[in-house]
Amino acid sequence: MSAVLLGWNALTCAVLIAAGALARIEKRGELRWAGDLQGGEPYVYRDPADPSKLDGFELEIAEGLAKRLGVRQRFLQNDWSTLIPSLLRGDFDAAMNGIEDTPWLRAQALVTRPYFAFSEQLVVRRGFPLRTLAALRGHRVGTLSGSLAHAILRETPGIHVVLYGGQEEPYRDLELGRTDAVLLDSVIASRYGLTKPDLELADADVARGTYVIAVRRGEDELRDALDGALADLKSRGELEAIFAKYHLPPQPSSGAQAAAQPQARFDAAQVLLFGRGALVTLLVSLVSMALAVPLGLLLALARIYGGPAARVSAHWYVELFRGTPVLLQLYLLYYGLAPLVHLDALTAAILGLGMNYGAYEAEVHRAALGAIPPGQAEAAAALGLTRGQQLRLVLLPQALRTALPAMTNDLISLLKDSSLVSVITVVELTKQMTITAVDVRSWALPGLFCAALYFGMSYPLARLAARLEARLGAPEVSGELREAAA
Amino acid sequence: MSAIRVEGLRKAHGPRQVLRGIDAEVKVGETIALVGPSGGGKSTFLRCLNGLTSFDAGKVQIAGVELQPRTAPDAPLLRALRARVGMVFQSLNLFPHLTALANVSLAPIHVRQEAPEAARARAAELLARVGLADRGDARPTELSGGQQQRVAIARALAMDPEVLLLDEPTSALDPQMRGEVLGVLRDLARTGMTMLVVTHEMAFARAAASRVWVFDEGRLVEDGPPAQVCDSPRSDRARAFFAHG
Repeated sequence: MSAVLLGWNALTCAVLIAAGALARIEKRGELRWAGDLQGGEPYVYRDPADPSKLDGFELEIAEGLAKRLGVRQRFLQNDWSTLIPSLLRGDFDAAMNGIEDTPWLRAQALVTRPYFAFSEQLVVRRGFPLRTLAALRGHRVGTLSGSLAHAILRETPGIHVVLYGGQEEPYRDLELGRTDAVLLDSVIASRYGLTKPDLELADADVARGTYVIAVRRGEDELRDALDGALADLKSRGELEAIFAKYHLPPQPSSGAQAAAQPQARFDAAQVLLFGRGALVTLLVSLVSMALAVPLGLLLALARIYGGPAARVSAHWYVELFRGTPVLLQLYLLYYGLAPLVHLDALTAAILGLGMNYGAYEAEVHRAALGAIPPGQAEAAAALGLTRGQQLRLVLLPQALRTALPAMTNDLISLLKDSSLVSVITVVELTKQMTITAVDVRSWALPGLFCAALYFGMSYPLARLAARLEARLGAPEVSGELREAAA
Repeated sequence: MSAIRVEGLRKAHGPRQVLRGIDAEVKVGETIALVGPSGGGKSTFLRCLNGLTSFDAGKVQIAGVELQPRTAPDAPLLRALRARVGMVFQSLNLFPHLTALANVSLAPIHVRQEAPEAARARAAELLARVGLADRGDARPTELSGGQQQRVAIARALAMDPEVLLLDEPTSALDPQMRGEVLGVLRDLARTGMTMLVVTHEMAFARAAASRVWVFDEGRLVEDGPPAQVCDSPRSDRARAFFAHG
């Protein structure tokens, strides 16, 4: 019954899509549009006074557009970097969230007329001598991943680009001296950069661009309706009123289109970038694990043999690091502690993952040591070995053998968890994949290639661990079982 | 000359009195068989002698070391003692990650700082002495229970102990394997090694022991030559044990 209903519903949907986007929206009574609330002010964000409500200039534009289409607007949350793929797979009618008009966007989707014109602005620390992009050759410049500014920076030779997921962090790192400049559009720069007293504008007009609304190809009818509605909003002065209400910066007079960007292809250069991302992933994972294993061992020994203070500290270390998200720990380590300890991104990434996995390794070691029969320590003591010798010569070699499968498991898990460090600007394999996917406008090929690289790293690690396990010999239990079976 | 002298040894596990005042002496070269019902305090007594278990009152003199009540299990004094007092356990506590040879040479290398080559050569001799000349490279899991226990005896002998303590060395073994271990112990007794053996093997006690001690409810109730203790025990407790045992 329900299957029939489902099939009938799917059929209606297909008919509606075929019947045209406008008819679909009218029938439904709402215009579904998407953005990313993490983008924050002034685009679309939660009202701080009433978090059940949304606010933002794009919300007001959406309301104006929906009114002219005779429907309500409905906002759907979607990660900014996947707005276009989500639009293409039909999750919503339109994407509007500071999306820049670029040739590669036009190759993927239909775009409306611009609703806002901006300039790309270079912000530096107050008094910093280098004030143009050309002068910043060899320096670190921050920007948002996948933005027009990102594309401009990549085309500028000699610039070391540092990528961020949010628009607050680039300016914070600039203040801290982790980068020497930030290139972002005037809306973001005026809101997040120039409000900081230590920062100033170096170049107000590096390039120009416009924000547009994206709809699916083939839905020209919807695009034309949105264009008409935008034109009406503009001619009645409503757009200007909205921009004034949200204190958007003045728009450059000529709304020139963004400089043409060459369409990126998934070619040898991209493969090389993937290789570099894979190396970063491997480096971060292996060094973190090399940190986590001895740290975990220390914690386990403190919990088993330590005095009351050591036992309690080790216990709470394990519970705190296991009981909170590693993503949060990375944020705190890199951004939260920045005023106190000045870690570079790679160090913070390795330290963060190492300290987090140390908590898990502590439990692995503790379980492995606990699994050794008490007679082993007694026999070692009866031979006159010191406590340290008992551990080093008798207990730890046996514990290592028991712990090895769990440690291998954790290393493989770490290899994949290392993708989290992209939130603190480290470009590892997964981040490289998302950058490439946005550039070439395809997730399938980069995604599969990325998966193949992960597997190509984790499988040999698993084999290596299996061989090591075999070399260390089967655990005692299997020997007893063998005897029992004989 | 006495190898062990024990005075007024008391030990309680919580409210339970395990040892209720033991006075005993062992002369150099004697082999003592400790027998008696389970829970009588034999094993606890043995473990007190090398500090694996601390005691509450009394005094233990063994191999030139004097132990006081409540000595911590990792006190430095105990390491000196353990270097001179060997112990063999019921539960075949060989180190499973090491070969038989490495099990035997471990303590000489790391406790007595012997040169590894010399220690291994001597370990090979000891393995030959317990009838395992060709099993030096075997891991414990590749050895039978009887073979493992013989390696454990060789491991204890490798430290040239003045006293050897054996806690039910044959109880975990099949009957056919007990003979091979008891044979090794009989040979050791003949060479003049001072030994205390907790055992249920009365035939072994009769044949190899200089004296038999009967423990019951935390007391040493009978102490004398095997024939006298086994055939005409003086105490009611010992009589009851031999009647049923």
